[in-house]
Amino acid sequence: MSATDPSEVVILAAADMPEKEPRAASPRRRARPEGLVRSLLRNRKAFAGLIILAGFILLALLAPVIAPGDPSIITGQGAQAPSAEHLFGTTPKGQDVLALTLWGSRSSLLVGFVVGLAATAVALLVGLTSAFFGRAVDDGLSLITNVFLLLPGLPLLVILAAFLPPGLGTVMLVLTITGWAGGARVLRSQALSIRGKDFVAAAIVTGEKSLRIMFREILPNMASIVMITLLGVVIFGIGAQAGLEFLGLGDPSVVSWGTNLYWASNDGALMSGSWWAFVPSGAAIAFVAFALALINYGVDEVSNPMLRSARRRPFGTGTEVAR
Amino acid sequence: MTGITDAAPRNVLEVSDLSVEYRGEKRTTRAVDRVSFTIGPGEAFGLAGESGCGKSTAANAIMRLLRDPAVITGGSILFDGRDVLAMSPDELRSFRWREVAMVFQSAMNSLNPVMTIGDQIMDIFTTHEGMTKKQARVRAAELLDLVQIDAGRLKAYPHQLSGGMRQRVVIAMAVALHPTLLIMDEPTTALDVVVQQEIMAQIGDLQQELGFSILFITHDMSLMIELCDRMAVMYSGRFVETAEAKGLFANPRHPYTRALINAFPPMHGPVAELTGLGEGVRFTNIPDLVEVSPGHLAALDSAGTHDSLGGRS
Amino acid sequence: MTAQPPTSRPQPGASPQGDPVISLRGLTKDFQVGGLFSRRTVRALNQIDLDVERGEIMALVGESGSGKSTIARCVIRLEQPTSGQIVVDGVDVVREEPRRASHEYRGKVQMVFQDPFGSLNPIHQVRHFLERAIRLHTGVGRRENIESTLEELMATVDLPADLLDTHAYELSGGQRQRVAIARALAMEPQVILADEPTSMLDVSVRIGILNLMRRLRGAKGISMLYITHDLASARYVADRTTVMFAGELVESGRSTSVMDHPAHPYTQLLLSAVPDPDRAGSYDPVERARLRNAVLHSASCPFDGDPNAGCSATEPVRHAVGDPADRHWVRCHMYRPSAEVAARALATDKSEDDDIAQPAARGKKA
Repeated sequence: MSATDPSEVVILAAADMPEKEPRAASPRRRARPEGLVRSLLRNRKAFAGLIILAGFILLALLAPVIAPGDPSIITGQGAQAPSAEHLFGTTPKGQDVLALTLWGSRSSLLVGFVVGLAATAVALLVGLTSAFFGRAVDDGLSLITNVFLLLPGLPLLVILAAFLPPGLGTVMLVLTITGWAGGARVLRSQALSIRGKDFVAAAIVTGEKSLRIMFREILPNMASIVMITLLGVVIFGIGAQAGLEFLGLGDPSVVSWGTNLYWASNDGALMSGSWWAFVPSGAAIAFVAFALALINYGVDEVSNPMLRSARRRPFGTGTEVAR
Repeated sequence: MTGITDAAPRNVLEVSDLSVEYRGEKRTTRAVDRVSFTIGPGEAFGLAGESGCGKSTAANAIMRLLRDPAVITGGSILFDGRDVLAMSPDELRSFRWREVAMVFQSAMNSLNPVMTIGDQIMDIFTTHEGMTKKQARVRAAELLDLVQIDAGRLKAYPHQLSGGMRQRVVIAMAVALHPTLLIMDEPTTALDVVVQQEIMAQIGDLQQELGFSILFITHDMSLMIELCDRMAVMYSGRFVETAEAKGLFANPRHPYTRALINAFPPMHGPVAELTGLGEGVRFTNIPDLVEVSPGHLAALDSAGTHDSLGGRS
Repeated sequence: MTAQPPTSRPQPGASPQGDPVISLRGLTKDFQVGGLFSRRTVRALNQIDLDVERGEIMALVGESGSGKSTIARCVIRLEQPTSGQIVVDGVDVVREEPRRASHEYRGKVQMVFQDPFGSLNPIHQVRHFLERAIRLHTGVGRRENIESTLEELMATVDLPADLLDTHAYELSGGQRQRVAIARALAMEPQVILADEPTSMLDVSVRIGILNLMRRLRGAKGISMLYITHDLASARYVADRTTVMFAGELVESGRSTSVMDHPAHPYTQLLLSAVPDPDRAGSYDPVERARLRNAVLHSASCPFDGDPNAGCSATEPVRHAVGDPADRHWVRCHMYRPSAEVAARALATDKSEDDDIAQPAARGKKA
């Protein structure tokens, strides 16, 4: 943007709003202090995403109620198309696909969120520490972060999963190890830029301790980007878990979307045309990822007012004159 | 610096009863409230007031740069006799930068950091005048010379120049197409006092050479005394006083003007305590301007009195 | 020195009563700049000797890049000096607390920052800033006494107590600076460093802040180091003023004496640039160029004739000026700053020689 482009002036024009009273009548101009959650609920995209996600979580929680019993029990003839008895049909083995999908959501969502939280926590710790404790610490941690970023993810996943005992715990550990580095980079640079602000210097000068500054001064200002990182890692967690399990590296005895796909492929559902055996699990992964992405967009819009789509009219067409 | 007196030369800018509102979700604020003033050819007009009084909004309105939630709700803006508010997008495009140009607040910080100065200046010529790069480069060098910058600096990036030099580049870009009116919004904020004076002198020199009119907006009234022919003091969207610059300083009639002038600690004499201005709401229901002496108008009601001055020092 | 009648607080600019609250000797600070392949050392401060007396406001004036903020950041221990002494309240801080400032030190020396919009964390309420300051440094108990102390603080800085529950972003610039000052005061410091506290405020709001500073100095005897490039405000609020150029001190003394009788060409340059409504048409490019030249290449010193003066081109000698009670000294004109440093500080596009020739040659262009 060159200086002749006056679109920048939009911000200036808004900033000239007269502030006569010391206390603004409605402090809603900034979303951050209002509470990320409340403003998210007002954002259309985030709201839609939250509804979809909530729906999935609800179904996961109610799986034992809607489809009681062990979902891997064979309850019907193999490879039956969807019918009244089996709403999503049966797998080539004869298991009820609906039950498998519902029960699968429990494990998939659990792993996804645990990985998301763990990896984000590690990334946050690394990022904040890098930003706050000086050059030497920063260089060391950056080196470690870069190493983890450079290591090819999928091969590392495969190798680790092959060597460690199978089970959900392994999957969660492996995904956390490979998932934290990207977030660490982003959080570090955000923490660094906040670290340079005067209010951090003021806190130091006031005599606040380092840990307190990190967590009570810097971190709250990073709320939206932490959220975005978290959501991104959750998507990664769900997808990568499914990927691992599809390759057979997960625990095949666990019921999850990934293992559903694994068995569907193993038992030849793809070749026999039994699309109902793998579409529900695949679609579920896609929908959850979509919901999380919507929430992500919402968080982005809420924290960056320039992205909001409310009432934008084209430039200088004369519509701003309302006589 | 010619003053305007007769009707024969047409006024470059005539603003009458301009009103601008900010329409928010919960409340609507009047940022500019029935403001009127004129600027003649070659004249420098100063607009003084504190932050938030509406002066920047008024300037943006003149160039039709306001967007949601700002809306022009009344009045007229005539540029060289033409109705600015009725211009179509095409007319506006040729209107802006060719006839009216603006130096925004902190413009020196809004230069594109990844383009050289030369490229950014040439940009203006290739876009607006359809010149070739060669021709544009020649004009760019001439322009830099006009603001006392060595033509070798065309290859420099903005971060390689000092703040004062960047500001001169921005001013040069604004006058590149020889506009009739140059609007400057706080052009010397964030500059040191020595550089500030040089920029002000530079603006004065440019005006002598190119003959444009100036609308100069600032909260620092002392800058205006040397540059401006006439000036106005704005408060909460309304004009409280307008007069010839020297006359305004010599004989301020409205208490707000007086308070604003007194907010400058003097450089000579004993150090006495100044009262300054409070921070609460001070004036409400500002009356229309009335003439208190030839060419000097103030917002005093018929009894020559005013609303009370509240707030603390 | 004539005997001073005993007073409850030191007379401005008079002979010092007791030791200075801040005493800098030989303070030097170098910065490393440049990337991987071209690291350069930039000397931001060079052998600074400066005293701030108890109960006085000392102004430190100079342009951007002169190093005045760096002095404040060294004293407040946000930067580590390369060499030199910083003695605060009799304690050689750099020697006693080499790595980081002690908690006690933080309670003695406080700072108000330039940007009112950046120095208060947007997520906190006003109450938070003051409360933390009080809890960290005074022995105030858990719940009870705080409220009245908070209200007292707000009253001291002329803010209504109900603003305690607002967020920083709801306040105007002037109000924010008052909050910042209240935060500094909450710790009952001995000295406050104010780094351009009014330069980002409207001109009309500045007086309020300056008056507040004067009141604090008068009523509470707090010393202040007031950093600014606005000479008029320095004259208004400071007892003594020190002028800084290119990382070195060039002149100092009672504010009125320095401003009314500037002895160094750089001070004269600064003074000539102050916009003065009473002195219209003051920009004279020839005079401006002459002063620049004098700062960079002066060949003689007005004190040269005096055998006691000890003019030197290599050592920064200080000559006394005027009434001794004003403590007004000027650096010897013959001492030249390193050309590279000075030229950067006076950055112009054309060389200084051109500047002198230019005004005559500059005529109307086609």
